[in-house]
Amino acid sequence: MELFDLPLIWAFIIGFGIIMYVLMDGFDLGVGILFPFAPSEEDRDTMMNTVAPVWDGNETWLVLGGAGLLAAFPLVYSILLPALYIGVFLLVAGLIFRGVAFEFRFKARTSRYLWNWAFAGGSTIATFAQGAVVGAYIQGFETLDGVYVGSALDWLTPFTVLTGLGMLAGYALLGTTWLIMKTEGHLQDWAYKLALPLLGGVLVVFGMISVWTPFVDDMVRDRWFSNLSVIWILPALTLLCAFQIYRSVRNRLEGMPFVATMGLFIFTYLGLIVSRWPYVVPPDYTLWDAASAYESQLFLLLGLLFVIPIVLAYTAWTYWVFRGKVRAGEGYH
Amino acid sequence: MELDPLILSRIQFAFVVSFHAIFPVFTIGLASFIAVLEGLAFKTRNPIWEKLSAFWTKVFAVVFGMGVVSGIVMSFQFGTNWSNFAQASANFLGPVLSYEVLTAFFLEAAFLGVLLFGRDKVPAGVHLFAAIMVALGTFISSFWILAANSWMHTPAGTELRDGVFYVTSWSEAIFNPSFPYRFMHMGLASFLTGSFVVAGVSAWYLLRGREVEANRKALSMCLWLLLFIAPLQAVVGDFHGLNTLEHQPMKVAAMEGNWETSTHVPLLLFAIPDQENQTNLFEVGVPGLASFILTHEWDGEVPGLNEVAVDEQPPVALVFWSFRVMVGLGMLMIAFAVTGLILRVGSRYWRSVWFLQGLRLMSITPFFAVLAGWFVTEIGRAPWLVYGMMNQAQAVTPSLTGGMALFSLIGYIVVYALVFTAGVYYLMRVLYVGLEDTYDDDEHEAERPKRPLSATHVPFEIEHDEGDLVGTAKPFNNGGH
Repeated sequence: MELFDLPLIWAFIIGFGIIMYVLMDGFDLGVGILFPFAPSEEDRDTMMNTVAPVWDGNETWLVLGGAGLLAAFPLVYSILLPALYIGVFLLVAGLIFRGVAFEFRFKARTSRYLWNWAFAGGSTIATFAQGAVVGAYIQGFETLDGVYVGSALDWLTPFTVLTGLGMLAGYALLGTTWLIMKTEGHLQDWAYKLALPLLGGVLVVFGMISVWTPFVDDMVRDRWFSNLSVIWILPALTLLCAFQIYRSVRNRLEGMPFVATMGLFIFTYLGLIVSRWPYVVPPDYTLWDAASAYESQLFLLLGLLFVIPIVLAYTAWTYWVFRGKVRAGEGYH
Repeated sequence: MELDPLILSRIQFAFVVSFHAIFPVFTIGLASFIAVLEGLAFKTRNPIWEKLSAFWTKVFAVVFGMGVVSGIVMSFQFGTNWSNFAQASANFLGPVLSYEVLTAFFLEAAFLGVLLFGRDKVPAGVHLFAAIMVALGTFISSFWILAANSWMHTPAGTELRDGVFYVTSWSEAIFNPSFPYRFMHMGLASFLTGSFVVAGVSAWYLLRGREVEANRKALSMCLWLLLFIAPLQAVVGDFHGLNTLEHQPMKVAAMEGNWETSTHVPLLLFAIPDQENQTNLFEVGVPGLASFILTHEWDGEVPGLNEVAVDEQPPVALVFWSFRVMVGLGMLMIAFAVTGLILRVGSRYWRSVWFLQGLRLMSITPFFAVLAGWFVTEIGRAPWLVYGMMNQAQAVTPSLTGGMALFSLIGYIVVYALVFTAGVYYLMRVLYVGLEDTYDDDEHEAERPKRPLSATHVPFEIEHDEGDLVGTAKPFNNGGH
């Protein structure tokens, strides 16, 4: 009676949602991380204007992921959220602050500096929390009969601090290359100067994580050092993207650095999935263990198939409308 | 003292959901008001309607934005604090709540942008269509949320196997026994909220002699609507109460402060419920009236709290008093609606200072009434989370400690206090600047992002050249007719 492997379809949908979120909210969070270091207040206006039309659309993917996870993989939802309790609070609080700051900064005049700090602080905290979540995921979760039994701060270890810092560097690089693509003049020069040091930072942290990960978990080590050698193409492609970023920044190409940074994230993400597949709550539960009832997955899938194309089309249209350079003093506000 | 994660989680959920609820309950009503204004503008081509619609759309944008921001928190609460409940009920609640999110996104993606930014860019008919779709969308969103909530009160269409609910009938689960009543009651509450806010703000402008003709029209529309829906709400509320009596008798017993099952139960006007001694202090009541209302017979038997063990009773005093606050405010609303009709003689409704001042004060009462109503229904369900099937203690996250729950509770209070102080302050600025938007439209682009708040151009800080708007209260018969 079960015609399709729905958990697999759902894993693909949610996996797609997560990488969409990482790539899209990643660059606008990155712009927030870079915010305090911008050359001038006018440049901050321009930076904000490059992401103003799209940032909240980017965050819709996070809410969709949260709701979809409850519907399709309730076990993931009901283990990860208690395990990451404090991290989730920091993430939500950070996103709220930066979202509100975004809106009110445009309306504010004398209180603008307060909103600057809320925007930068919220972006940084939310990014660090996301990186720590990735680290906690690699570590795995302590469960008993489908219930999280670890303690409140299990997610905060030296390893997850490192992944948090890695995420900060990664999103900052996404933000920098986004600015290279979307700005010109001295702001673009500034972004060009930042890109390579940030790339270096990303590679150092990512390298440390890659070396450390096999020691954190046996299963991950076996996956990478068993005879499944074809998966080594993923780190190879990641390095190729890094080289492409380096080359295109040196040659002052405008679009390629951003595209290559997205590639860097995509291949790292695929590498992470390969490390853990098919476990969605490592180390104990696979995606089939965690799935909700067949009829529940089917019921929501029908609606999703209708809405996702519309959201994607709208997203594409928005980016198309706001394509091209953003110049100082000509915002959308 | 040991910190109890269950109590703290209940307080946290009550706090974040109460804070969230006040925004959608207003936007649902306001969206329909805007759609009606757009319809009138389209039909009559009278610029007054367009002016009103443009202003209230700005207010809508700010409130909608705050609703979205506070909604992000809600989507994580089930997992962080009620993970056993999330795990058990996900087969039903997961898809239903996801449909709510999908509806909201679809609405934002397709129509909100056109409503907020498209007035001069799309044909008038398309703009009207977008306004209607936004109004419809807010109802569809509340449809899903209330289906989920009602199922927790009157679970149907599901069966519990090994601690997990499985859906046996989607239609029975979604259209569960209390859903139609809750949906009607909440829909009318949204209209009441929208009407009283618009009426109160219009009254304030009229008192100051600002844009008299437009605000008089808005006030008149609200008063006509209130005349029908304020009494109707009392009737629907009565039906909802009878439905609750059938499915959740202990909630009704708590609402009535009725400790023992008996006949000739009085309707208590005042009492101090004493849960410890299972009795009331200082009772003042109308003999037999509760029996009559609930059974439509003076000697009807009404179930009392003694039918269940003490630890299966809801906190009686909170339910009892929340119910009285809600009903009392509802009576006050009916009184204002009827007064509005009487004052139409000689067209006094928009010139009578005491009436306008009263409406100003009334504009915040629907929010208290709505929250009180939700307190009744949610606290009245205690100790159950899914009525009769899963209690709150079973539902709470097992790994949650009191310290963690206290940390996040304080955290959310701080975040909300900061963010919503700014939000409400900014909303006040928008209302202050009013229909006479003196700020130039500095938006150049034809196509718009969908961020709601960019629909307003009101600066955050008060500026010096606003003196003429502040003014002193002008005699209002100068303007208008």
